[in-house]
Amino acid sequence: MTQFLDIAGLCARIDADGQEKEILRGVDLSIPPGEVHAIMGPNGSGKSTLSYVLAGREDYEVTAGSVTFQGQDLLAMEPEERAAAGLFLAFQSPIELPGVNNANFLRTAVNAVRRARGQEELDAVAFLKTAREASKALSMAPDMLKRNVNVGFSGGEKKRNEVLQMTLLQPSFAILDETDSGLDVDALRIVAEGVNRLRSPSFSALVITHHQRLLDYLVPDRIHVMAKGRIIHSGGPELAKQIDSEGYTRFLAEAA
Amino acid sequence: MNAIIKDPSASLVPFKARLDAVTDPARRAALGALHRVGLPDRRVEAWKYTGLRFLNETAFATAPQEIDRVKARAELERLGLTLGEAASLPRLVFVNGRYAADLSVEPENVDLTFFSKMQAFGSLSSPDRDALTALNAALATDGVQLTVPAGIDAGRLLLVSLGQAADPISFHPRHSVTLENGANLSLLCVQSGEGRYLHNPVMELSVADNARLQHLTIQTEGDDAACLATLYAQIEEHGSYDSFVLGLGAALSRHEVHARLNAAHAQVHVNGAQRLQGRQLGDVTSVITHAAPDCNSRQTVRNVLDGQSRGVFQGKVLVERIAQKTDGYQMNQALLLSETAEIDAKPELEIYADDVKCSHGATVGALDDEQMFYLRSRGVPEAEARQILIHAFLAEALGLIPDELAQTIATRIMELRFPVTGEA
Repeated sequence: MTQFLDIAGLCARIDADGQEKEILRGVDLSIPPGEVHAIMGPNGSGKSTLSYVLAGREDYEVTAGSVTFQGQDLLAMEPEERAAAGLFLAFQSPIELPGVNNANFLRTAVNAVRRARGQEELDAVAFLKTAREASKALSMAPDMLKRNVNVGFSGGEKKRNEVLQMTLLQPSFAILDETDSGLDVDALRIVAEGVNRLRSPSFSALVITHHQRLLDYLVPDRIHVMAKGRIIHSGGPELAKQIDSEGYTRFLAEAA
Repeated sequence: MNAIIKDPSASLVPFKARLDAVTDPARRAALGALHRVGLPDRRVEAWKYTGLRFLNETAFATAPQEIDRVKARAELERLGLTLGEAASLPRLVFVNGRYAADLSVEPENVDLTFFSKMQAFGSLSSPDRDALTALNAALATDGVQLTVPAGIDAGRLLLVSLGQAADPISFHPRHSVTLENGANLSLLCVQSGEGRYLHNPVMELSVADNARLQHLTIQTEGDDAACLATLYAQIEEHGSYDSFVLGLGAALSRHEVHARLNAAHAQVHVNGAQRLQGRQLGDVTSVITHAAPDCNSRQTVRNVLDGQSRGVFQGKVLVERIAQKTDGYQMNQALLLSETAEIDAKPELEIYADDVKCSHGATVGALDDEQMFYLRSRGVPEAEARQILIHAFLAEALGLIPDELAQTIATRIMELRFPVTGEA
């Protein structure tokens, strides 16, 4: 138990076309405050499901286990309550919101979270100043604040917009679900730097990735290997290089 | 067989005394047609989805002469029409269907008269084919008769209708707007009121060669009112009629547009949005006739329906044999916010030319789960997330209003009825 994020025996399933499908089969994972952990694993191992279940997506049914986040029962909370409590999920495929202006969206989100945290809301001027500075630091085009949320954004722009939201919402725990996929090296570096800027004793992150490359820029404290709905191996940052050269076969064989 | 033939004039009982008093020969044809067919019931195909029971329940009297000017001014203010840029616009205000000169600021650069002074019925409407047009023709007492002379850009003009009904009344304004060659006008109609009343306007719109008429109608009538409007537009060569109706109010409303593209390269937009709740019924009906080649028609109507409300969309596009190279597009979209809300959509294409491009489509759905989750995962509470997505759905439709100030006024009036909580 770390008293920050503790996942114990977590099982979850989804109803796919009338069939119950078990995806998480007993996930145990603890992340202490101030640490960045990475999850790697083959496709279909349940990495994205874990991130959705933590963020509160209703499509998944939790059948067993618990998640304690800073002493609170995370699974009992609404998605917006989890956000207010400090959890943030950077989506693997960010959702487009036609007709919703990006700056308005960001300000609504920031103020909703500030309200819930008992902080004063930001007025339009103060917010825009903060948002402009944060988007500039992520090398985002200035017009991206004026456009509709993620509509017509390239893959890389969408991912940067996720990191922008994370920066503005100031979470204590961020889940980055394949935020590196579809990014070129420069974009990858910018995104990783965006996350690194948030690193502090009061910020933890769970980074889901397929590639060692991201972890070169965003060095994790721990790496976990996930397969068939469970964490089957954990180790230090050196594990990334081992997986990159050997693949998952050895871990899968050991776990079997 | 007699048992199933109902007496058409039975439907006219709510107006009987007033119709019996009509003596004017100019109105006699309309009156005859009205007595022959009566007001339509749901066995009439064009009224299949929209019943007029509202009209059968009470007798509708002529509006009293005196109006409450203090209340009327307060209403103009509430609607935001006396604020900011809107305050400087010329405006023609009708209260209970009668022109109120002291509440109005008349426009310059246009020829303006009133139906009460010069009873001209125009030639575009067809009282023999449409009972509500006939009812209007029989009972009309006032209305604006406006001409924008050739080559003049008359800018924006507000045309406001306010209903003030202590007892049930009906008013039947008769408007006519003519744009001569190359003229321009942005017409903003705002309709509001309180009490039980029937607002039954007929508007003829004539757009000459190279003229451009932009026309926004904001219908925010009282909760206990009915608004049954019929518009007839004719567009000549290279002319354009760009219209949008925003339906928010009234227990029962129908906005029926007959648009005729009468010469080559004419263009018409019959766009709209409705946002209904409770037991409201809102009907957007249009008949667009392509009567010349190389014309273009566009129609997008979006509905947001909550409670037990019902939206009706009937859109007919008629392409005559001569109308080659017609380009027509029609889309009706509905967002249903409750299990008991309903949309009835009837698109109709009738095409006699062989070289045309006409498309139409319809979508019906609920709020998107993924979009809801995305917003909530950013800390936005569920109720607010719903409001944001509803607003966005309508904002995209309102984006079709070409005049930016008109768009701002429409958005503001919509937010008066449906406040957006906490949004930036």
